[in-house]
Order: sequence, then C-alpha cells, then structure tokens
Amino acid sequence: MRETNMKKILISLLFILFGTSVYADCNIKSGSINILANDFPALRTFVETAKGCKGSADFKVTHSSEHNKIAVPALTANPSEFSARIAANSSIVPLMNQDLIRPLDDLVKKYGKGIQDSQLITIDGKIMAVAFMANTQHLYYREDVLKELGIAVPKTYEEVVAASEKIRASGKMQYPYAAAYKAGWNLAEEFVNMYIGHGGEFFKTGTAQPSINNAKGVATLNMLKKLAGLSNPDYLTHDSEAIKVEWESGNVALMTLWASRSGTLLDDDGDAKITAATKLTGPATVAGGNIPAATLWWDGFTLAKNRSDADAEATFRALAHAAANKKMVADAADQAVWLIEGFKPGPKSIGVIEAVKMKAKPYPMLPQMGLMHGALGSEIVEFLQGKESAEQALKDVEAAYMSKAKEQGFL
Amino acid sequence: MGIKSPLITLMPNKTFFWFFLPTGLAMILFIGLPIISTGIQSFYAQHDQVVKEVKKCDPFGCTVSIVVDQEKTSKIREEKPLGKFNGFGTYVDRNHLAIEEIGKFWNETNSFGEFVDQVTNLPFYKALIFTLTYCLFVTPNVLLLGFIIALSLNAVTRRIRGPLIFGTILPMIVTPLVGSLVLFWMIDAEGIIGANLQMLMDDPYLSLKSSKTLTWITIIIYGIWHHSPFAFVVFYAALQTVPQEPVEAAIIDGASRWQRVRHIVLPHIYPVVTFVALISLMDNFRVFEPIIGFSAEGSAQSLSWLIYDNLVNEEVILFGSAAATSMMTIIGIAILLAPVLIRTWKEFRTAR
Repeated sequence: MRETNMKKILISLLFILFGTSVYADCNIKSGSINILANDFPALRTFVETAKGCKGSADFKVTHSSEHNKIAVPALTANPSEFSARIAANSSIVPLMNQDLIRPLDDLVKKYGKGIQDSQLITIDGKIMAVAFMANTQHLYYREDVLKELGIAVPKTYEEVVAASEKIRASGKMQYPYAAAYKAGWNLAEEFVNMYIGHGGEFFKTGTAQPSINNAKGVATLNMLKKLAGLSNPDYLTHDSEAIKVEWESGNVALMTLWASRSGTLLDDDGDAKITAATKLTGPATVAGGNIPAATLWWDGFTLAKNRSDADAEATFRALAHAAANKKMVADAADQAVWLIEGFKPGPKSIGVIEAVKMKAKPYPMLPQMGLMHGALGSEIVEFLQGKESAEQALKDVEAAYMSKAKEQGFL
Repeated sequence: MGIKSPLITLMPNKTFFWFFLPTGLAMILFIGLPIISTGIQSFYAQHDQVVKEVKKCDPFGCTVSIVVDQEKTSKIREEKPLGKFNGFGTYVDRNHLAIEEIGKFWNETNSFGEFVDQVTNLPFYKALIFTLTYCLFVTPNVLLLGFIIALSLNAVTRRIRGPLIFGTILPMIVTPLVGSLVLFWMIDAEGIIGANLQMLMDDPYLSLKSSKTLTWITIIIYGIWHHSPFAFVVFYAALQTVPQEPVEAAIIDGASRWQRVRHIVLPHIYPVVTFVALISLMDNFRVFEPIIGFSAEGSAQSLSWLIYDNLVNEEVILFGSAAATSMMTIIGIAILLAPVLIRTWKEFRTAR
C-alpha cells in the first residue's frame, strides 16, 4: 500500500518536473481562455495539458456533467461566457443550429502543427471542430463469474440476455445486467444504440419526418425491456455513475457502459478482486445484425463565435497544443482512445477499437436529432414500466417529436 | 372575531399608496414584466428552418447530411427576432392542451375509461394530474400536521419549547434538493428504509423507485414533511394571540380540550389558516425539486418539471413551449386559489 503511494507521488513529481519544461513553450502573450467541458478523467487531462501552455493568458475552465444545459445560453451571450466548448457529435449540433461557433480553418493553418487531418471535423468544407478522442458504449464483463458458470463472452444482446438469465438462475446475482437506463437522455441513448443495431433509421430519408414506429422500433423496445428485467429494479434512476457503483459493489456481471469510464473501473480504488476480474469487450450486436448496437462518438473542441479574435487565437493555441500532444497521449494512454498521433491503444481501448472494426455508426449529427432524443427519453418510460404497448410508446414518441419539431420550424 | 389587518383598516389611502409604492415597483419590474414577456414569447414559434445538404467529415468518415443554412436563417432572424407568430398554436399542440388529439380520442375510443387513459397519456395532462394529486394530498395534510404540532408544542413546558421548535422547523431549513436526496438514498433498495421495507414485506424485488404509485407516495410524504414546519410556525405564532379569558371560561364550564380547540381556538386563527392554505397551494402547485432529487422523472412529472424539461433537457431549447406551460401554470394557480380568494374577499366585505 505504502509502496504504491510512494510510486504515485514519484510519478506525479516527475510529471510536474518534466511536464512544465515541455508545456511552458507556447508563448501566448495575451487573451483570455475560458473552457466549458464535460467532466470525466480524459477531459480533465486534456484541459490540464492545454493549461500548461497558457503562457500569460488568463485561464479558466468549467468541468460539469451539466455542460449540455449551460452551453447554448452561455455561448449565445455576446461576448460569450466561454471562449471554447469541448463538444461531441451530438452537442455540436445545437451550436451549429444557432450559429454559435466559428470556423477554424485559418487558425488550423497558422497554429495547427501536429494536428492530424483525421482529427478535423469539417462541415460544408469548413473546419468546425478538432477532435481528440473517440468514445462508444460497449460491454464489460466479470471474467470470474462467466468462467465459473461456463458462459462464453457474449457477442450479441440475445447472448447477454441468456447469460444474465443463467447467472440469475445460479443464484449468484439477482440483477446481473446493468446499463444507464435513467429516464431522459441516458435511456434515449440506449434506444438510439439498440435501434441502430437493428438497422433502423430515425427519419424518412431527406426529411425531418420521424419514422421509428415500425417493426425495428418494436424489436428495439422489446430488447430494452428484456434487459431492464435483468437489471436492478431501480434502473430508471440509474445513470452511468450509478451503474459504475453497482459494478464496483460486485452486484453486476454484465454491463453496457461508456469506454471513457473504463479508467475509473480499472483503477486501484475498490475491491481488488472485482477490478482484476473486470474485462472489456466490443459492443454487442442484436437481432442477427452485423453492425454493433452502439454509436461512435468523438470529443473535440469548438471555439465560440461571440468572442474576440484575440481570445479565440489564444484559446486555439492552448487547445491545439493539447490536441497534438504526444506526451499527454503516452502518459494518459489508459484514460481514453486518443485520436492524436502517437497513441498506442492499451487494454482499456478494446471497446472502441472493436466498435470501429465492426463498423459501428457515428451518432447521427442531424439538426433535429436532439428533439428526437428528448422525445425518446420521456415517452418510452411507460412501456418499460409495463403501462403501455410498444406501438403506443413509439406513436407517442413520434407525436411528441412532431409537436416539438413544428415549434422549432423543422416541419 | 378574527384578526383584522390593522394596516388596511387604519391607514389612509394616500399613506397606503406611498407605503406600497416601492414594493409595487419592484413587483412590476421583477414579476410583472417577466410574466408579460413570457406571455408574448408563448405566442411565437421558431422560423421555418432552412436546411441544406452538405458533406460532413469526422474521424469515422464522411457522409452527406443536412445542416441549418445559417446565411438564410440569420437574415430571417434579423428581420423578425421573436420568431414566427403562432398565436395559440403552441398552447393547443399535442405537448400542451392537445385539443385536436382529445377530439380524436373522443371519436375513436369505445369507452370513457379508454378515453381517459388516452388523455392522461398526453404529457401536459399527465403532469397536471400529478401536480393536482400532489396539491390535494399535501396541502390538507400540511395544514393538519402543522396545526397538531403547533397545539402540542404550545402545551409543553416553556423550558424545552425552544429546542423543540428548532427541531421541528429543521425540514424547512434543509434545502429541498438536499432533503429529497437524503430520502432518495434512504429508500434505495440498499438504503436503510428500502432494505428494511423489503425485509418487512418479505419481497426482495420491492423497489420504491420503480413503482409509479410508490414514487408518488414517497414524493407526497416528502412534501408533507418539508412543508409542515411552515404551517406550524405560522399557527404557533397565531396561537400566542388566542385570548386566555374565553379559554379559561370554557374550562370552568367543563369544555373538553377538543371543544375548546373547535369553538375558540380554530375560529380565532381561521384567517391565518386561510393564509397558510393559500401559500401552501401556490407552493405545492409548483412542485419541482423532489422530482429532480428523487430522479423521479420517469414516474412523476409536474408542470414545473415540464418547463424545466423544455428549457434544459433537450439540446434544442424550446422557449415557446416553456413559455406556454408557464402561462398555463399561472392560470392554474389562479383557478385553484379563486375559491379561497373569493371567500376571503366576501368575508372582508361583510366585516366592514
């Protein structure tokens, strides 16, 4: 115990010593940097790295899991509260819809040395964001439990159901499966994954008309309900953090969770036996499909439009420094699947790499997708509670979406 | 009988005007104008979105997809920043009053039960039913419990009254969100209440959070717990003004404790009861924090929660929807309070 602590201290010391000598080289003279980001370890590392290069610029950061709620109002103000927002496939859309972020082409040309072309998010030929990590939701399993009961690592959700039933029947665990089914955004995300796994399309091609009330939608809901039946009965209140706690308490043997959370599951905290038996594998497929029932996500930075050019420049230089930082990628290889040059994938990246190999689809970057996601999050709850039929739930989702889309001018 | 408001009966109108002016101005500025602006907002919807097909590239490849055409959109937005006039469009759409849908349900359903099922499946009515149920159960219980606590505390010896009063008003001091979170963890399947309930009922699958009815009951009990201290404090203060002579006379006449409460104390503090009922009704109609604290969005939605949902839960903010629900909440409170207000007004007139 003491030895590991000493090791930690030594590593941190080394990090500080060498870290500063490498990072102090950005020479930013002025400007003010203020970043809004989600809150998980990889993003903290990324922002810290950017901070190391702030020079004499003012540097502030807000890490919040409520970032989605703050972003649009904060960036709408002029001047905007934040000079940069760390966004993802879904959260860049409202910023684009409201015209709140600026193209980065000039800045990339001037200061973007080391950023790879594959990191650039281009929309209509303009660079709108620079991605630095990839994320997805995939399966985690308890090797010891599966081995003991002679269960093979599940590759499909049908196998996940069968395996969970077997574990329950063995009496080892009452609720062997977990996924973030909290009513609202999380639950909707699970639907999106499962529906894409079934090969479903959310909208009629080329329009904003919904098209989820079909056989694939019904199959998706039925699978979600089966999985919910194998989860803790409080599943509608469980977000990613809650199921992580369930896992660490040893109550769960199979789980669908974000890749970016693997770091906290596999660290030294908690029961060493559970940590040692926690294994990662790719996302599952469903209903005989080839593509996984998961979506690919990127996290990248965007710059606020309503902020002075000087601030934008300072912010870009600091963030670009992190987005092309081989040292950060090497030091924090465990925290994320970095899209940055020099990244060597470790055992914690298996989920994302498998997902890419299996040709998982990225989360749909459509202007009206947020409304669909919102409608899903509240309207499918009653089906899971057994209060209405799958068809009725899907009909409700479409109707709720249509009213919102009409109000927003999409229909 | 009853406590007459000395301000209104004694103060000349002119003095009253100057006395009220600063408050009145602040009310117009911070309450009146925002309500008007919300009202205006509720009649507008977003402009039709002009979208175009573009090529999008990300680390996972390129696709042809659509985006909002900013050049064209910004031009329309500059001309009419409020949006497209929608009249009562937002009010009657499916996510609010759903006039059209209700008409359809009426024609299509075979029985009244089925019709009610369909209507209560609509988001606005679902929220309205929870909100009203909450008001209906919490308000009377708060009044009753607050009154009983006030009476009992009034009867204990003065020496221990101070600490007792402090302990009693604690639920009101605790921030609602914190209070509900504490209870939320206690009723967890592995929390102290949840686990004991499972043992008591001999049902390992019992979960207070997964059942809609149990969630409602939990939130209502929480509401009573949180609001009772307010009623208690006001009733306790009012009890101090009860004249002792009639009480003593009643004791000599052999009136029981209940008779004294029923015929002397209650009539005396009646105006205060009305006041507490009004405030509680208003507060309860805006129930919101416990839903967030208990993560009960799945089973219980209130009108205030709908507004919150429109403003923050979507990645796209629905100002029109939120404004329309806000206006209807205000109207709802007005309707709820109307009987009490009318009664107070009538009594005020006869008292004069």
